[in-house]
Amino acid sequence: MHTLAELVIVFVILLDLALAVTGSLSTCIRLVAAQGVVAGLLPLLAGGHFQPRAALFAGAIVTLKGAVFPWLLLRARDKSGAGRDVEPLITYPASVLLCLGAFIASSWLGSRLPLPATGVAWIVPASLATIFAGFLLITTRTKAITQVLGYLVIENGIYIFGLALFVEQPLMVELAILLDVFVAVFVMGIAIFHISREFDHIDTAELSELSDWRRGEYGR
Amino acid sequence: MTRALILLPLAAGALAFLVRDDAARRRLLLWTAALHFLLTALTVWGWAEGGAGFEFFPPGGQAWFAYDPLGLLFLGITSLLFLGASHYAVSYLAGEKRDPGEDAEEGFIFNNAPEAVFTGCLLLFLAAMTAVTASRHMGLLWAMIEATTLLSAPLIYFHRHKRSLEATWKYLLICSVGIALALMGSLFLGAAGLKAGAGLDISGLLAGAAGLDKPLLKAAFLFLFVGYGTKMGLAPFHTWLPDAHSEAPAVVSALLSGALLNCAFLGILRALAVCSAAGLADFAGGVLTLFGLFSVVTAALFMLGQRDYKRMLAYSSIEHMGILSLGAGLGGGAMFGALLGAVSHSLAKAGLFFTSGAVLAAERTKRIADVRGLRRRAPLTAALWLAGFFLITGLPPSGVFLSKFVVLREAVRGGRWWLAGGFLFFLALLFAGMAKVFIQMTFGEREPREGEKPFAEPSGLLLPAAAFFALVLLLGAWLPAWLDSLLRAAAAGGAL
Repeated sequence: MHTLAELVIVFVILLDLALAVTGSLSTCIRLVAAQGVVAGLLPLLAGGHFQPRAALFAGAIVTLKGAVFPWLLLRARDKSGAGRDVEPLITYPASVLLCLGAFIASSWLGSRLPLPATGVAWIVPASLATIFAGFLLITTRTKAITQVLGYLVIENGIYIFGLALFVEQPLMVELAILLDVFVAVFVMGIAIFHISREFDHIDTAELSELSDWRRGEYGR
Repeated sequence: MTRALILLPLAAGALAFLVRDDAARRRLLLWTAALHFLLTALTVWGWAEGGAGFEFFPPGGQAWFAYDPLGLLFLGITSLLFLGASHYAVSYLAGEKRDPGEDAEEGFIFNNAPEAVFTGCLLLFLAAMTAVTASRHMGLLWAMIEATTLLSAPLIYFHRHKRSLEATWKYLLICSVGIALALMGSLFLGAAGLKAGAGLDISGLLAGAAGLDKPLLKAAFLFLFVGYGTKMGLAPFHTWLPDAHSEAPAVVSALLSGALLNCAFLGILRALAVCSAAGLADFAGGVLTLFGLFSVVTAALFMLGQRDYKRMLAYSSIEHMGILSLGAGLGGGAMFGALLGAVSHSLAKAGLFFTSGAVLAAERTKRIADVRGLRRRAPLTAALWLAGFFLITGLPPSGVFLSKFVVLREAVRGGRWWLAGGFLFFLALLFAGMAKVFIQMTFGEREPREGEKPFAEPSGLLLPAAAFFALVLLLGAWLPAWLDSLLRAAAAGGAL
């Protein structure tokens, strides 16, 4: 029964690698959405018997991550006049190499951690590698939208990690966390819109007026 | 009672978005703050009367939201601070309405966010912080702390211009990503208790602490510490803090520094309590001590050569968060010192930020080098500015002095001479760095600027600051019995 879940895990890892090489912003948004959807479906595939509570929650995740977030982010991209490209600070091959390296390190770490046996192969390494891919997006891509995408990828990774550890949170807590993620993306989307209006770009590398050592000139 | 404490600001916040009349909305803010404080005072009173059998915290109960002494202490700080802040905010908003818009530093014209949004977010922010202090579940605690980030972000972006936007973006992203690590930590904590069936309920975790898986618990603590430490502003995760504090309106800086950082500290204390109960007090304490001292050092180094007085106050907050972490890490009596420090730092720093708002109104600049002879232009403001300096650096008698002294005494008593020596040296450095700034700004001489009008000191901005300063002074001289027992009970609940 776990074969399907393992297939999904492989898919999640492939999506991490795809995110590392994709240069198109809209494709990135869709890849992150796809990852969120398959991660949301994972508990249903691995769970065995059908539970209405799990199905309901998975439905909420799929709607939010698969439909609402991409819609919000694509809208933010159009409204802010962001270009089509993600404009990485390092080359795409370097991004892929870093991602692969992270996956190898996660596999080693996953085998070392005294975690409960999951039954689903590769789930711990996949979740850690996904978290790393999120950090990679935040640190090596310059646009504000890609940083939001990175945040979402980290969140996907943590969600899968939670599944791997069998940590069952009460529904109220799960919903509160999901609501936080939703509001976070919403507020960040508004901020992106304001950044594009104030600065005529959404390149966060240019957001550098505030610092301690150039204070006297206020960046002028 | 707990429910009313959370629901009151929640409902008022939602209502504030709908009220169109400015005066009515400001009254709503004042009344909600006063009522919230009254409810808090009643809860504390109930605890003081009922002692251990306090009905709002049934031992072993599975309530989502309930108060133990530690949560109660932080609720008290938050509510008192918000009461002062609400009075300040009303005067501030009235002033902004008359005279919106010209940037104090670069001279460009900007708009403010709608006042309804500002007041609404302020009240919702209070609701989220109240929920943080009451959360009895680690997952829920995480969700509420993240909610405080999201609700305070619009507050930092009240003045709509480039610099505040940059600060808001950094705040949102660094805190959201940092705090995501705390979620990882909560999951590790859940995994550590899987065999013992401890769950993530704080009472359950404490009760079943002996059965927790040790390596996983260590991992959990590290992740929780880094996550909440980012929010608390401990170095080296503090990078968002000076930007956000310097660009936000003074009242928001006061709430961030005095209330929000404490909420994150509460998250760390919850994790620390679980570690102590499981026999990992040395490990967790070591981590807290190390990063606490590192924060004090970082703050001292950045304090020297600081050019912006609101940033200087922000670095002083990093220093005090370091002291809190240090005190909690040393444990024993130092924990009491740390909690007393949390109370007195909150009041003193909020008062200083309030005063900084009046300084900014008088001088129209945040550059230290451009503010000279404040005592001539605004004597009352200058007097409070100087008083705040004496209180925050911990000259006796001040609550801050008492807390620093207790932490230092515990370090010496434990025979950790190098730690005590380093702590004292960097405190001296901080004192010297801040003294120079405050004295230059208060005294000194400068030529009158072109077209400068005489400055009418805004009593609405200064009164809350004066009240807070008086309380800090009182704390150093006389600790009421109920507060003493609350602090002791909270220190026992935070760590052993």
